[in-house]
Order: sequence, then structure tokens, then C-alpha cells
Amino acid sequence: MQSDDVIWSAIGQQFCSYKVKTVTQNFCRNEYNVTGLCNRQSCPLANSRYATVREKEGVLYLYVKTIERAHSPAHMWERIKLSNNYTKALEQIDKELIHWPNFTIHKCKQRVTKITQYLIKMRRTKLREQPKLVGIKKKLDRREAVRERKALSAAHLERAIEKELLERLKSKAYGDAPLNVNESVWQAILDKEKAKDRAQDMEDGLELEAEETDEEDEEELEEEGEWDDREFVSDISGDEDDLSDLEDAVDGASGSDDDESSGDDQPTTKTSLGKRKPGFSQRKPKRGPRIEVEYEHETETVSTKARAVAGW
Amino acid sequence: MPTQRFEPSSIKNKIKREEVSRKSKKAKGQLKLQRRLELAKLEADDPKAKKKRLAENVPRTLDNTREFDPSILTADPSASTSATPAQDPSSSAPPSQQPSAESAADISSDPFASYFTSTSDPSLPQKVLITTSPKATRVTYEFCDELVGVFPGAEFYKRPKGRGFEMGNIASWAAGRGYTNLIVVNENTKKPNAITMVHLPSGPTAYFKLTSIELTKKIFNHARATAHNPELVLNNFVTRLGHTVGRMFQTFFPPLPEFQGRQVVTLHNQRDFLFFRRHRYAFRSTEKVALQEIGPRFTLKLRSLKKGLPAVKNFGEAPKPLEFDTFEDADEDLKIGEDHDSEPQAPEEAVEEAQPTSKGPPPKADEYEWQWKPELETTRRTFFL
Repeated sequence: MQSDDVIWSAIGQQFCSYKVKTVTQNFCRNEYNVTGLCNRQSCPLANSRYATVREKEGVLYLYVKTIERAHSPAHMWERIKLSNNYTKALEQIDKELIHWPNFTIHKCKQRVTKITQYLIKMRRTKLREQPKLVGIKKKLDRREAVRERKALSAAHLERAIEKELLERLKSKAYGDAPLNVNESVWQAILDKEKAKDRAQDMEDGLELEAEETDEEDEEELEEEGEWDDREFVSDISGDEDDLSDLEDAVDGASGSDDDESSGDDQPTTKTSLGKRKPGFSQRKPKRGPRIEVEYEHETETVSTKARAVAGW
Repeated sequence: MPTQRFEPSSIKNKIKREEVSRKSKKAKGQLKLQRRLELAKLEADDPKAKKKRLAENVPRTLDNTREFDPSILTADPSASTSATPAQDPSSSAPPSQQPSAESAADISSDPFASYFTSTSDPSLPQKVLITTSPKATRVTYEFCDELVGVFPGAEFYKRPKGRGFEMGNIASWAAGRGYTNLIVVNENTKKPNAITMVHLPSGPTAYFKLTSIELTKKIFNHARATAHNPELVLNNFVTRLGHTVGRMFQTFFPPLPEFQGRQVVTLHNQRDFLFFRRHRYAFRSTEKVALQEIGPRFTLKLRSLKKGLPAVKNFGEAPKPLEFDTFEDADEDLKIGEDHDSEPQAPEEAVEEAQPTSKGPPPKADEYEWQWKPELETTRRTFFL
């Protein structure tokens, strides 16, 4: 026995599990509610004559309540498929709900409009490439943060960078006239290398002396040739004048007994700016031709770089 | 120290217990000190002994017990320092750590080869386009400003909203404009959390997790950057994948550094974390280098490496028109059936792709070369870079 008034007096004034109470208004959570409001007119439970529109997987259906089947709620609602075409759907509602109260017809049509709009919007956003949302995995993040911290402490970053830079400097990756090195440091490195070379030469020389002495001389000459390559390159401004002269003097003193060392020492301290060109050729007349060739070649690059050196 | 085993914890009196325990602890410390002093004395006389001890006492770390990976390019996986490709005039790795001839050929034919073989002026900066994810906030913009300072030829563009400005479209647009690289900083909950680096014009695309960002002004006693092209230090990239990442990073910088700037940019790989640092250096002696950090610093972790540009998925594309099968080939029977089951129909307004003026549209689907998954890390000693 269906009695709307009895039902409404119970759920309207007392308790309804679909009712959502707010300060200003009560809402209804029942899926068949046509307006979503909790009032006498739009309550799907307390009206034996009721119709609503619902959407299922993009298709609109008109649900009409047939109270004669109230005893079996599974079959209480009659479902009518509405057309995809909006205007046709409205006509369909008019046709199905003929002689129904205006309120129901109007609300159903309003609902059709709303649902059609949100379906269009849904489809449009689906076409657009949306950013992919990924869940945050707290545990993973925490674990990676810890590993990162440990990796950082294991990396010894500054030490690794320093090592790499020194390696580059020593392997002459910066060229023979590095712009990024202090004169004295570069000199020290060259000295060190020279000492190492000399030690090696001594060994070689000892071996060679036993065999042939002629070849040794040639080798020495070649060695000097190599150093000639370096000499112009070793950057440096003209301020070093006194120092290099002094070293020359020292070399001159020792040069008589140790030819090789003088050949080695001299050129590395040389400055190689254009203005020093004549002094250079004077100082080493015996190696004239070779020097000139190299000199022309190198000065240009160095002098351009030397201007940049002044900057830092 | 008494020989018999005696536990101070068995004493009932607290004061006594503490006293005994303190004493035994002190005695232990003294004993250790004695031992070490003795050793030091011994080794002061005999430096060889110390050398031998240090050579033998190598602690086991995750790095030197790393699980062997066949894609490690050096002959010896344990010697894994500074295996940078030597094309860069500034980087010079010892020859023993260079990859074998076969893999070297493989590397030299990768997508970055044109950068290393190009004959243009090597000190010209590479054009880098930097942008953010849509709707970025202040923190991300500040980070991008720092990035612009790091890469010599970088330009920042604010990311426009809307359709047609997907990452793939931006990438192909930038490729058409002669950009060589693209960086997109992703933002989540108002923090930059990821970086996508794209090598233009044809990929690959690397996606990194971004953590521990420290902007320059937060770094104490930082130096000021100059406009010089920095040097690069790429440390510890050993595997094939690592070399790809390292080489990709190289392409963001001009091939020839300006040494007078004395700036060095480091990407140090340690256990797959890529630590980015920038320093100014000065050689103090033959063994000592003074470093002053310029900043910024941040950490990257590779999440995925894709071939080609980022994909732009065109969901609104009309399905292929039906074709009549001529039954010439039996294999093509299924073709018509496949044509039907496409996505739901597009609404009336068809998608108008903002076709950029570029060498070609971005691809429709992603092709992953490598992708990080948590289950890949079976042990803590597995590393991929």
C-alpha cells in the first residue's frame, strides 16, 4: 500500500538516509531525485508519480516510476532510452510524459540539458592531452632521499672536481699556454715535468751511451726542438723580464757543462708577446731558423689571448 | 683490562656501576690510542708499510662492489672515474678508460654526433630553449632564471596555456627555429620536481627527477658567474646509458670553453644521482685547486629516456576511412575489423592541430629506450648510469 503523505511525514520531518542537512537547505542523495533537493515535490520516495532523467555510459534514459510495481522495487522504474539528438530528446519527454504535472516535465528537460552539456565537456577534455597524474609514493621518495644523501657524501664532489681539473692541467688539455693558470703554478708544473723527463732521459742516455753516442746527440737536438715548441706558448706577460734574464744568466753559467738543461730551462720561462721578438732572436742565435718559424706561428694566437688574460 | 669477562651491568649500585663502566670504557679507548700511536710510529720510519696498509685496507663501498653490468663500456668496471668521452677539448680521460672500438663507433653514431663533428665555430653557444610546465609559479621561474645563467645560449619562454602548446609541439617548433636543446621544468605543488631535456631536432628526450635545488643566493659565500663558456666535468658515466646522458648534457654547452672564465660545470654521477654544481677554480699549486661555488646546485635522477621528441597524442583524430579488401593477401583480412574499433566519436568541433612550422610533426606515441622502475633496483648495488 503506497501512501505518499505517510511516507513524507516520516522522511520529511524525521529521518531519511538520503537526506543531507546543511545550514540553509536540505539536499537529497537519492540517485533518482530529479532536482537533488529534499522537498515534497522532488522526493522520489514520497511521490507515486515520478519521472527523472539519468545518464548511463554517455546515454540518456528517462526513468518513469510505475507505482503498481512498488512491491518489487527492482522493476519499479520503467526505462526509456532518449535520443542522442537534444531536441528530439526533449520531444520524446513531452511525448512520454503527456498529462504529467508541468513541474516534472520541466525538471526532466532541465536535467537533459545539464547532462548533455557535461557530456560534451567531458568528451572535449578527453580529446585534449592532459597531464598525467602519478601517485606519490612516500616510501620510495624517502628511500631515494636517503640514498641521495649517502651518494652525495660518498661522491666527495669538490675532491673529484679538483682531481679532474688538475689532471687536465697536467695533461696539457688547456693547451701549452693556459689562460686559467697562474704563472708560477704553470712554471712549477713545467718544471716538474721537465724533471721527470730529465730523469727518463738520464736513464735512456745511460742505455744509449753504452751503444751509440751519435744518436744520443741527435735525440738531444730533437728534444730541444720539442722544447722550442713549448717555449713560445708558455703565456705570460712582459713583467717577467728580470726573472727570465736572471735565469738566463744562471743557465749561461751552467750551460757550459750541461747543455741539455739550459736548452730545457730557457724557453719555458720565455714570454712571448710581440714586443719581445727581437730580444728573443738575439738571445738564441744558434737556433735561429727553427725559432723564427715557430715564432711567427705562435705569437699571433698568444697575443690575442694575452689581451684576454689581462681581464682576470 | 681484566682478563675475565666482567659485565658492569651486573652491579646493582648505580653509582658504582657507572664508575666501573666509565673506567672500562676509558681503558678501552686508551688501548686503542696506544695501538694507533704505535702504528703511526712504525710507519713514520717505514713509509712503505703505510702504503701497503692503505693499499690493502680498502673499505667496501656500494661503488666498488657495484654489480657488473655488461653495458659498462670500460674494460674494468671498478675503475670508473672520469670516463668522459674525449671529444671535448677540455675533458681528457686516460686512454685506458675509453670504450672499446666497437662501442666507440656506436657512440659516435648516436644522435649527438652532429654536435661533436660540426665544423662551425666551437665557441658559439648552443641555442637552448627553457620553459616550464603550464601554470608555473614563482619558485619555478626563479629556478629557470638560474638555468638561463648556466647555459650560455639559453633563452627562457613562458609556457603558454592551451592546445597546441604540448611539449612535443613546442619541441618541433623550437627545432624549426634552430634551437638545439629544450628544457622543460615541471612543477608539482609549487615546487619544481622534474626536468625534461630534449635534444633537437630529433631527440632523444630524457626525463629526470629533480631534487635538492639550492639557488645561488642561498649558497653561502658564492661567487658571481661570468658570461664565459664554462668547462665541463662529467664524472663517473660508465655505461652506455650513462654515456648517452653525459653526451646529451655536453650538447647544452658550446664545445670550446673560455678558459679565462675559470668556470667549471660539473655533472657528477654517483650511484645514479647526477649532482650538478658550478664552481670557479684557481690553481694554487701543482697539487691544490681552490674552488668557489657559483651555484645553483641540484640533483637529477634519470627516470626515462625516450627516442625522438615527446609525443603529442591526437585523440580527436578521425579514424581511417574504410577500405575494400581485395583479398590479395590473406594476412590483411583483419584490417577492416581493426578500423572499426576506434575511440568514441569526436564531437562536432574537430581538433585543429596547431601545426608548427617545423621539420616535421612530433611523433604520435612514445618510444622508450629506458625507463626506471622500482623493481629494476634489485639490489642497492645496481646502478644504470
